[in-house]
Amino acid sequence: MPAITFIHPDGKSERVETASGESAMQAATRHGLDGILAECGGNAMCATCHVYVDESWLARLPAMADDEDALLDGTASERRPASRLSCQIKVTPELDGLIVRLPERQV
Amino acid sequence: MTASGTPASTGPASIPHLDVDPFDMTFFADPYPAHQLLREAGPVVYLDKWNVYGVARYAEVHAVLNDPATFCSSRGVGLSDFKKETPWRPPSLILEADPPAHTRTRAVLSKVLSPTAMKQVRDRFAAAAEQRVDALIEMRSFDAIADLAEAYPLSIFPDALGLKPEGREHLIPYASVVFNAFGPPNELRQEAIARSAPHQAYVAEQCQRDNLAPGGFGACIHARVDDGEITATEAPLLVRSLLSAGLDTTVNGIGAAVYCLARFPDQWQRLRDDLTLARNAFEEAVRFESPVQTFFRTTTRDVELSGARIGEGEKVLMFLAAANRDPRRWDKPDSYDVTRRTSGHVGFGSGIHMCVGQLVARLEGEVMLTALARRVAKIEITGEPKRRFNNTLRGLDSLPVTITPA
Repeated sequence: MPAITFIHPDGKSERVETASGESAMQAATRHGLDGILAECGGNAMCATCHVYVDESWLARLPAMADDEDALLDGTASERRPASRLSCQIKVTPELDGLIVRLPERQV
Repeated sequence: MTASGTPASTGPASIPHLDVDPFDMTFFADPYPAHQLLREAGPVVYLDKWNVYGVARYAEVHAVLNDPATFCSSRGVGLSDFKKETPWRPPSLILEADPPAHTRTRAVLSKVLSPTAMKQVRDRFAAAAEQRVDALIEMRSFDAIADLAEAYPLSIFPDALGLKPEGREHLIPYASVVFNAFGPPNELRQEAIARSAPHQAYVAEQCQRDNLAPGGFGACIHARVDDGEITATEAPLLVRSLLSAGLDTTVNGIGAAVYCLARFPDQWQRLRDDLTLARNAFEEAVRFESPVQTFFRTTTRDVELSGARIGEGEKVLMFLAAANRDPRRWDKPDSYDVTRRTSGHVGFGSGIHMCVGQLVARLEGEVMLTALARRVAKIEITGEPKRRFNNTLRGLDSLPVTITPA
């Protein structure tokens, strides 16, 4: 199964194995990872599963929908070009090894 | 209450028939044994009292919520089937709508109540919470429902909407009608609708563009007419959605949180030790008490759900509250734990109809609990809490408490 590496603001990194069909957010919350809140449970409604995607992976992610784009304008930590909502990143085999960085705050 | 399995003569699996009435006063008084019965009877049950299917386990509730093409909302999210009966009021353009119509109206409310919009009201909501706590500390002994759970949202939400000061006393009674009306034609529903005329008249009037102050959520909705996103006849009905679902729900959410924290002093202490838990303490109260207990959907086709066959045009009752305490999904489901990972609970629903005002609710809950926990050492329940009965909403009518300032 594809694995994702989450890098915390303090530099500590955590590697998380994903299950089939899961989003990056679901994998993180299933493993009890701190730093992903996902208050809306993955419905693209709250912007509390914000991540900064590693530059080298950015272009390989599925395109951003309008609702995700709008939500990213309201994230608690600043929006950057690499900002995505992890609930909208479905982890496919091609994303094995994906690296994302966690923001300082989610709310 | 008994579970009687029907013979498995036909179909993929027998569906247990239960004689539970989930809209009965004895059910409301203590729904938990019945929730357990409903969950354990099977993944799908049939309630003979109202001739509806029911789902009470997390997996099935979540599945129904996330398949709006099969389990639609346009035929009403209460017991009444809009295909067979005339709705008691013009249907909601968002709650009681399906894609693609729903997609457009939902986008408007999502924008008006977005994380960005919340940043703009946060300071105001937080200041009002501090003011409310000032008043409560003066009082020492008070009713945590009227003086806190109601008084706080009433002090901010109508202003945030841009409502006129006159007539606001209709807001909670109107919402009470709306949520009673999702239920079956029992006394609660019939009496609520019979008394609804003045509340409906107030709401219809306030939803008009001229009656909404500039800069408020209501005016923001009307502004979308100018962009061509919605029509001038749709805008008032979308404002109505905020009036219907934006106040009484948060009253019951905040009431639930205070009731939990007053009942479980160890959790109150944990919150006091770490105020950053306030937002999750509120969220956990929404899971634990589930202020919105149930919603219906209607099947658009014959469907098999977890082995149970359901025909087209059938009402399916989702027990959100039972799903939120399903031991298949939650560890120690009957414990209120302010540090729990609450993500995934269905207290706000799930899928395309998930509460569009959830960010408003969380913001209100967070700033109110933060202000309380910072300045109050102890909350003691000093009298018998009284329950308020509604076909859909669970909450208290009064909760006498005495607080000790920190």
